[in-house]
Amino acid sequence: MLEIRNLHAHIDGHEILKGINLTVGAGEVHSIMGPNGSGKSTLAQVLAGRDTYEVTQGDILYKGKSILALSPDERACEGMFLAFQYPVEIPGVTTSYFLRAAVNAIRKHRGDEELDAMDFLKIVKEKAKLIKLDQQLLSRAINEGFSGGEKKRNEIFQMAVLEPYLAILDETDSGLDIDALKIVAEGVNALRSQDRAMIIVTHYQRLLHYIVPDFVHVLVDGKIAHSGGKELALELEAKGYTWIADDADKATAVAS
Amino acid sequence: MSVANMTQSKDVFLAHFEQLEKQSSGGAAWLLPTRKAAFARFAEEGFPTTRDEDWRYTNVTPIAKTSFTRACSVASEVTAKQIESYLFTKDCVLLVCVNGRFDQNLSAVGELPKGVMACCLSDAARTQGDLIETHMARHALTEQAPFAALNTAMMDDGLFLHIDQGISVSVPIHVLYLIDADAEPVSTHPRNLIIAGPSSQVSVVETYGTVGGGGSHFTNAATEIIANDHAHVSHYRVQCESDDTYHVSTLQIQQHRDSQVQTFTMSLGSALVRNNIATVLDGLGADCSLTGLYLVDGRQHVDNHLTVDHAKPHCTSREFFKGVLQDEGKGIFRGRIIVRKDAQKTDAVQTNRSLLLSDRAMVESKPQLEILADDVKCTHGATIGQVNEDELFYLQTRGVNKQTARNLLVFAFANECLSDVRIEPLRKHLSQRLLTRLPHGEMLGD
Ligand SMILES: Nc1ncnc2c1ncn2[C@@H]1O[C@H](COP(=O)(O)OP(=O)(O)OP(=O)(O)O)[C@@H](O)[C@H]1O
Ligand SMILES: [Mg+2]
Repeated sequence: MLEIRNLHAHIDGHEILKGINLTVGAGEVHSIMGPNGSGKSTLAQVLAGRDTYEVTQGDILYKGKSILALSPDERACEGMFLAFQYPVEIPGVTTSYFLRAAVNAIRKHRGDEELDAMDFLKIVKEKAKLIKLDQQLLSRAINEGFSGGEKKRNEIFQMAVLEPYLAILDETDSGLDIDALKIVAEGVNALRSQDRAMIIVTHYQRLLHYIVPDFVHVLVDGKIAHSGGKELALELEAKGYTWIADDADKATAVAS
Repeated sequence: MSVANMTQSKDVFLAHFEQLEKQSSGGAAWLLPTRKAAFARFAEEGFPTTRDEDWRYTNVTPIAKTSFTRACSVASEVTAKQIESYLFTKDCVLLVCVNGRFDQNLSAVGELPKGVMACCLSDAARTQGDLIETHMARHALTEQAPFAALNTAMMDDGLFLHIDQGISVSVPIHVLYLIDADAEPVSTHPRNLIIAGPSSQVSVVETYGTVGGGGSHFTNAATEIIANDHAHVSHYRVQCESDDTYHVSTLQIQQHRDSQVQTFTMSLGSALVRNNIATVLDGLGADCSLTGLYLVDGRQHVDNHLTVDHAKPHCTSREFFKGVLQDEGKGIFRGRIIVRKDAQKTDAVQTNRSLLLSDRAMVESKPQLEILADDVKCTHGATIGQVNEDELFYLQTRGVNKQTARNLLVFAFANECLSDVRIEPLRKHLSQRLLTRLPHGEMLGD
């Protein structure tokens, strides 16, 4: 599904990603953890195609093809989705209006017929119920005046409507209370299937309690310093990141 | 421009005026001296130049040096079909003026509620001379300005609206001003007088358009609104004349105690637009809301010049103007707020936002606060920006392509102003007009 090869990315002349290697197979859920500022969101945004970051080395293969030359919307049309750590407020554009434009852009790209207002409304209703998102919010401007939790839930709602093949969730759990967390996890789990994959960026083991990952990776200073199974998340929760960072330093010291 | 040239251009209007004097022998007797005095004022000052602080960024040389013909001397033949695109509802009182003359056939005044007089000014001048004389051209701010004086001197037909005390008019009054002339430049000076009696309520829509071929025509419109105690007046002004035209407008509002006036000024057409909007809050508790939206592309130039005069205590004013600029478009905003010495508890808010879609476009935004009272709240803010990259990226990650995402954001920016349009069919109509004016707006649909 996804293969990241020796990925290096810069912003404003600073190297943030320093050689990331990661392979995500169809049907898998990978979790990425790591200290603040280690480059998790950068990786998520680079995967989604943000052009403020410059990819200086390496490649990203999605379904076997390099996507570096694709724009963010082309990547979305190919089935990628990013749930933002900080969802953007867009005054004047209502969620339902924009989401219908998005759904139809993606359908058009895939050669499917566009949805009319009625069909679209049906899907929206069903998914809003699943995520327990107040439908009133959908007729408001995107994320404008939404609470932190509502914003995060709106991200998962959009994901549920768009049904991506590869979903990248950037700290979707932060700012959610335990009930909201369960609802979000249900939404994510409902989408899990053999032909879909997920990358879940999080600081906390608690989300992984509900969305059990197949692999856990620790990102430190722009590199994956450690990878393991789901039990690694528990270990990180208990011991913090320092031991991995130290290990990584040692490894670098040995290598040089 | 040379002095000789400038004199020459004044001569064009002097010739117009002499023509008019000869013809108007049959008109209302009281009007001629008013016209004469106004023309004398205009002749004395002449056209403003960019040395004049109020006209620093707007050069009217193209108007001053064109040899216009009076539009009212040009024959016209506009059909009902040709005005369709300017209409937003059948459910209104419709008055149509073509080339400065009222057109009975195109208009649909219908039955008016008791206590409402809505007719063309020329008819009213015959029957309501006293009323007009009492109110017309009495307000200082307007009369000092050269274009307003020229309008008073040359005034063509327009709307006369009088609402009796306590009457609320449920349908909007729509006045459509059209120029129908060939390429030869013509000038017209539409004039409107709106008198809203105490506790009355009314909405007026002015639409300015062109039919047939374009030309460097000049529209110099003026509207006076008198809102008596507790009156509620909504005034919408939609300017969508053809590309080569020049448009200067004056809106003078006189507000009495607890009156509420809302104006909406939308400028979409013309090469050069100057809107002068002045309101005097001359009664306790009066409230005004002045909203504006303009779109410029090519080398269009739009100048909005606002003056809000807080003459009495406890009045509130809100100015909210937005502009979208493409290509080499230019937008000027000047918002003058005067708070008189005893206008305590004034609450004035001024906002001007511009969206630059091209690095060759230009914006000048200038607040001018003259506050003589000490217990007032007065805020102003101006922002000039481009399409927000974070918003663009967000929309794109959902599958919307960059061009559509951009359009969506530009439309959203402009459309915010339309939420102030309280006549639903008009809001829809304007929203549609907006879409057709935006780059690739047709991609957005509805
Ligand atoms: N424009 C920029 N110029 C220089 N450094 C930047 C710029 N933008 C981001 N960075 C840096 O990139 C690093 C990685 O940021 P990123 O947001 O990817 O971290 P993160 O792992 O998601 O952190 P968190 O856990 O706090 O969300 C940070 O050190 C940040 O300061
Ligand atoms: Mg982050």
